[in-house]
Amino acid sequence: MTRWSPRWWGWISVVLLAFTAVMGLWVTPPDQVQGDLVRLLYIHPAIAWVALYVSFGTAVVAAGLYLWPRTRSEGMDRVSYCAMEISVLFIALTLVTGSIWGRPTWGVWWAWDARLTSTAILGVFEVAYLALRRANEDAELRARRSAVFALLTAVNVPIIHFSVIWWKTLHQGASVLTSTGALNVHGSMLWTMLVSFVGFTTLFVWLLLRRVALESSRDERRRARLDAALDLRRREGVG
Amino acid sequence: MIRTAWLVARKDLRIEMRSRVLLWQVTPFAVLALVLAGLALGPTKAGSSSSAPGLFYLVVLFVALAVVQRSRGIESTPGTRASVSTLGLDPGGVFLGKALALTLELWVLGAILLAGSVLFLHVALVGALKALPSVAVTLGVMSTAGTIYGALTTGGDGPVTLLPLLTLPAFAPLLVAGERSLSAALYGGALWEWWVIVVVALVAYVAVGIAVYGVLEES
Repeated sequence: MTRWSPRWWGWISVVLLAFTAVMGLWVTPPDQVQGDLVRLLYIHPAIAWVALYVSFGTAVVAAGLYLWPRTRSEGMDRVSYCAMEISVLFIALTLVTGSIWGRPTWGVWWAWDARLTSTAILGVFEVAYLALRRANEDAELRARRSAVFALLTAVNVPIIHFSVIWWKTLHQGASVLTSTGALNVHGSMLWTMLVSFVGFTTLFVWLLLRRVALESSRDERRRARLDAALDLRRREGVG
Repeated sequence: MIRTAWLVARKDLRIEMRSRVLLWQVTPFAVLALVLAGLALGPTKAGSSSSAPGLFYLVVLFVALAVVQRSRGIESTPGTRASVSTLGLDPGGVFLGKALALTLELWVLGAILLAGSVLFLHVALVGALKALPSVAVTLGVMSTAGTIYGALTTGGDGPVTLLPLLTLPAFAPLLVAGERSLSAALYGGALWEWWVIVVVALVAYVAVGIAVYGVLEES
């Protein structure tokens, strides 16, 4: 097992997320205003961070690198695809955890809020990306089109990020840092939140490494099957 | 590039003039969709006209999808894309030409729908005329975006069902900006911020389209 083996990332994330669970559920105090509901905020912003910035960001950067002739490779396309797939999962988790928090706080599961709506639209974009990949059989065409589409969807991220500033929204502003860079959260609450951010990020790295490895072996199997079929045809021709 | 754009736009518009698909299929669909939207709201709400901007843009959205689909359909005849690529035309020019033709077609449909809104949704005629510039720019953005997304779906499996899935999320901010600017033109209110969104989107889509259209059309 090498130093950067996926298994390590998996174990690190298990430890960090277990620490978050213990701290978030038992050690940290209830919030003055939100009470025990605040405990959901130890995971919701961290999940959203992975969905919007880490995972989706990886997908977009890899897509850009695929389109750039000097860095174009099958690997870049694979990373972009796998990161986008993971982002779909985290976007769904973001919306679900947000809804669970929103019901007792706002009185509704869903509000027509700028951040919620723009995040949901990004989720639809990501599902569309996966559909686009399935619609194209040719590997190079699929990679090229998916990369362009991923770059086109990237415009959503600044809209989502600044939506709480641009529009009057129900959704709260920045969770950890204020616009001036001052800390919003303190003490054990701050540490729990930070560990949660690192924990979910390492979970993403583990999922990405495993998913890319799986996709690579699938591609190899596909190629081997194709070679075998071609070989059979050739032998039939000779026979 | 401009010359190529002009040639492609003229080619697409000429095909449209000869086939009359826009006239006999898309226009009746647009009017029908507007009437159905009014029926869905019921006579009281549909006639109050406060919901007119939203209904107008919802119908525009579906009509735009039909027109984008049609624009891609022109290229789907076997050999068409191959013969266009062998001509060595500038891909940026081809993109601009297709987007221009699509814009002109959507302008015609937009004008018909706006007239329909005056008739069926009781929108004030003066307000509708004031809204024309914002509607024209929004439809221009939809055309440029639609041209890019249309190229993304060409040749794959199920392009008819894939196009709405790819395009509708991209149209969502345009729907909001268009609806708000139309409301502002009809009933008063801040207009410039919605104009900024629409104009920035137009510039961005034109730039992206010119840059990537060649990559998308390579087979």
